[in-house]
Amino acid sequence: MLTVEGLRSRYGRIEVLHGIDIEVASGEIVTVVGANGAGKTTLLKCLSGIQPVSAGSILFRGETLTTVPAHARVRRGLAQSPEGRQIFTNLTVEENLRLGAYVFADAKVDTDMQDAFTMFPILKEKRNLAAGGLSGGQQQMLAIARALMARPSCLLLDEPSMGLAPILVAQIFDVVKNMKALDVTVLLVEQNAFGALSIADRGYVMETGHVTLSGPAAELITDERIRAAYLGI
Amino acid sequence: MPEFLQFLLSGITVGAVYALVALGFTIIYNASGVVNFAQGEFVMLGGMITVFTYAAGLPLPLAALIAILATAAIGVALNTLAIAPARGAPVVSLIIITIGASILIRGATQLVFDKQLHRFPAFSGDTPIAIGGATILPQSLWVISGAFAIFLLLWLFFTRTLIGRAVLATANNRVAAQLVGINTNFVMTLSFAMSAAIGALAGVLVTPITLTSYNIGLAFALKGFAAAMIGGMGNPKGALVGGLLLGILEAMTAGYISSQYKDATAFIVILVVLFAMPQGLFGSKSTDRV
Repeated sequence: MLTVEGLRSRYGRIEVLHGIDIEVASGEIVTVVGANGAGKTTLLKCLSGIQPVSAGSILFRGETLTTVPAHARVRRGLAQSPEGRQIFTNLTVEENLRLGAYVFADAKVDTDMQDAFTMFPILKEKRNLAAGGLSGGQQQMLAIARALMARPSCLLLDEPSMGLAPILVAQIFDVVKNMKALDVTVLLVEQNAFGALSIADRGYVMETGHVTLSGPAAELITDERIRAAYLGI
Repeated sequence: MPEFLQFLLSGITVGAVYALVALGFTIIYNASGVVNFAQGEFVMLGGMITVFTYAAGLPLPLAALIAILATAAIGVALNTLAIAPARGAPVVSLIIITIGASILIRGATQLVFDKQLHRFPAFSGDTPIAIGGATILPQSLWVISGAFAIFLLLWLFFTRTLIGRAVLATANNRVAAQLVGINTNFVMTLSFAMSAAIGALAGVLVTPITLTSYNIGLAFALKGFAAAMIGGMGNPKGALVGGLLLGILEAMTAGYISSQYKDATAFIVILVVLFAMPQGLFGSKSTDRV
């Protein structure tokens, strides 16, 4: 579904991704874990098109995305729930969800919104309130729900557990796990390596702009080097 | 009493024009955070282009339409040539660019057209209508209904249409807007086109009353800015109320005190509002979650 080859990206003159190769097959949950500053978020930004790519290629469902602008990638089935949620704080919860389906104007938008409310009942309760007033966990739910409104075939999730209480982290990871039932492929970027690897099929480990390890999540989670470096065990 | 009513009516007329200029400020500010000081030049262009296309023999409605469309195109050009390439620059730099653009537009108009005062006939004649001892020009009614109609259309646009919400979303979070599939460049283009068209419409409506010339833009920009600040920058309702309030205050000052102090009113009111309620009358308190 998604093939990334030799991806390089820079902020000004400083290169932060030094040739990333990643492969995500249809129906998989793939996670990219690594410490703060490893380039995980930059990688997702390159995929969604809000960060320029200096070399390499992104192939999504047989099409090269590298030159496609960010807003047009959503139409092709690639949606991102960005780091720090980035919801529209001065619009209502419902308006946020409606804008998630900005590229659509059919009746399915309404049923999709009902599905979102079923998945996150708290959002239905607060549908007419300004999204900026939601708690961190609720904003995260809204960010994921908004991305799903775009009917993605592949969902890019950036640090969905960041800054949340443990009980909410578990809830969010459950939601991600259930994406398989919705036929949505997931690329999950996380600092919470243990949580992410326990729900993923495969994983990549990133360090300072390189992929240093990759393999089935079940193997990575028991790998001594990972346990020492990221799990603190 | 008829005196008061007369001042009130002329205040509302002028205020309606300020409100239109302030609405123009509001749209661009909402989409980009930029206060576009070339907004007054759009008013001037609306009047001037109508004058010259009408003089060339076109019927007035067609001349006005051409003026509005041409001004909208100039607004788009301002965004494409000057604002968009400087994206990422601090907002203050962008505001200075708009001041530079306004000087350029003023100079170009002076060269392309001339430096004379112009007018074209009022839409429905010049016979004043008597209301309770005071009188109002038919053209004033055009100006006032124009302001209310534009306000209503904008309100519907921002609250009832998806593209309107997309403009608000772009203003609130540009990156997130792109991530949901909004073409934010198009939103900026649209905002400048709408804003310029509204400014031009104000110019078309008001020229039969106040006349126009290449250098009237600055005064409209300052008054419209004052109106937008009084109402709360970025809020269409604030722009309307702020415009009318400023127009009425000016007319009352001119009528009861002295017309020499008329222009000072706007700036005294700005100071009072900013000291007492920095967000303006309708501005929402800005809060940031960290």
